Amino acid sequence: MSGPSTYVPQSGLSRWLDTRLPILRFAHDTIITYPTPKNLNFWYAFGAILTFMLGIQIVTGIVLAMHYVANADMAFNSVEGIMRNINYGWLLRYMHSNGATFFFIAVYIHMFRGLYYGSYKAPREIIWILGVILYLLMVATAFFGYVLPWGQMSFWGATVITNFFSALDQITPHWGSAIATWLWGGFAVGDATLNRFFSLHYLLPFVIAGVVGLHIWALHVPGNNNPLGIDVKGPQDMLPFHPYYTVKDSFYVALFALVYLAFVFYAPNFFGNPDNYTPANPVVTPPDIVPEWYLLPYYAMLRSVPQKLIGVLVMAGSLLTLVFVPWLDTSKVRSTRFRPMMKQFFWLFVIDCVILGYCGSQSADASLEMMQGMQLPLVWVARVATLYYFGFFWVIMPLLGIIERPRPIPASISQPVLSPAE
Amino acid sequence: MAETTAPEPTRRDFLYIATGGVAAVGAGLAAWPFIDQMNPSSAVLALASIEADISSVQVGQQVVFNWRGHPLFVRRRTPQEIATARAVPVSELIDPIARNANLPDNAPATDADRAAKDPQWLIVVGVCTHLGCTPTVSTPQVPQGEFGGWLCHCHGSQYDVAGRVRKGPAPQNLAVPVYTFLSPTKIKVG
Repeated sequence: MSGPSTYVPQSGLSRWLDTRLPILRFAHDTIITYPTPKNLNFWYAFGAILTFMLGIQIVTGIVLAMHYVANADMAFNSVEGIMRNINYGWLLRYMHSNGATFFFIAVYIHMFRGLYYGSYKAPREIIWILGVILYLLMVATAFFGYVLPWGQMSFWGATVITNFFSALDQITPHWGSAIATWLWGGFAVGDATLNRFFSLHYLLPFVIAGVVGLHIWALHVPGNNNPLGIDVKGPQDMLPFHPYYTVKDSFYVALFALVYLAFVFYAPNFFGNPDNYTPANPVVTPPDIVPEWYLLPYYAMLRSVPQKLIGVLVMAGSLLTLVFVPWLDTSKVRSTRFRPMMKQFFWLFVIDCVILGYCGSQSADASLEMMQGMQLPLVWVARVATLYYFGFFWVIMPLLGIIERPRPIPASISQPVLSPAE
Repeated sequence: MAETTAPEPTRRDFLYIATGGVAAVGAGLAAWPFIDQMNPSSAVLALASIEADISSVQVGQQVVFNWRGHPLFVRRRTPQEIATARAVPVSELIDPIARNANLPDNAPATDADRAAKDPQWLIVVGVCTHLGCTPTVSTPQVPQGEFGGWLCHCHGSQYDVAGRVRKGPAPQNLAVPVYTFLSPTKIKVG
């Protein structure tokens, strides 16, 4: 929706700048006059919330790096030093570690919102794919960051994840192990690994910031989708971004920050694993290795397959599948609001992800107590849930576009807003 | 001969291709140091072997050494355990290959190919071949899994008393490293 610029420089200095580097014009068109559909609801605030969380993570991360020592012998103690000695170190570290959690809470809501309102459909495929790339970068950054405190979960999490590559040995012998050794810089996860992960953990957030720039650039070409999933018909359907959405977004950012900071101050270790307060020990694996909560669904998928290579491929495939979503959904209607069948499958998919997360959090041989003392092994629950995960994207999405009869779609955004009664 | 309308290659075409080729090779050569710096340095590789005193290991016991940052299991097996391991036909195994660095690559995974010459000693790298966790040793007092060897708690793989995988998802037997007995009570690994 980036039409002709309406920026008018107000002072001599801004006129001078505008003919040399039109950066104020760019900011004006992007943040102030950017025309936005007038019916965006609460769920559209998560873009701003994510930007806010990225800022929090970068700022707290930069100051934490001033005190952290990336050395296998000193890393654990340097983190404890941050917690006990550095002025406000406890606050900065808890903001950073809980910040990662709330970053992921926000990104999952943002992704589910995109799925629900069909925001990935033409002409917004690139926005969605850049989003998938951002999500993958976030996963990588979070993984590298989790290794840095060099506790037991850090060490063994790094061991398990880098060993995913050794599964490639089953395709070409030795190649997978060679990649794992190359990642480690030694025969196992060790000092060299910690150092490079720190380097990458510092780098990737800036890569994320760059891709966020592309994501927003790509968003500002077709403009926002909206809860009705229909194209804007003219100025009567839109509002300038400022002050309408700057204020709305700020309100929800503040609300989100309130919940986030409640955890920082009152339950800072709620999402953490107590095992990570034990220094890394390369010869003792903790009895239960559990990844951070935001990766549990993938972990459940990995474990649901009893064969190493296929397990790793299923896990990688579950992420890669997201890239194809714009073409897997064959329905002409964007918003799930007008898709009665999709609505049910969508919520089933949300529940499915939660079930996968639960399965991933339990030990490998856990089972559910059923009626009459029957045992239902969780691995079978995870298998069914994995099947639904892939089925949702690869079977249900393409088929629904053909067999589903969508409800009538309003003629314009203004119409249902001005006359909501049906 | 089909009619071709493409003009004859000129000197300029040749220069384009030659320049592009040199640039591509140069980029590859320049990239290599940036990739190879992540591989283990020769200082790391030089520390690759250890000597371990195993005189204190009792029958039925396992001692863990740190070798190349990995746990190294040295297990002194009971006669009964040896008999159990020897009774398993290779055809029953998930991985029928010995994975013993002291033997040819295709040696079958018989117990004799897995254990030391003195069959009471079993020396394996304590790294689950699934995703690298350290399996927990099984003893008659505290059994782990059904095969008397090891159980990996991460994803449930089980190994027998010869360190052979008997239940997935691990694809391979525990690796037997290169080792020699310097004396009956001292081994050199790596």
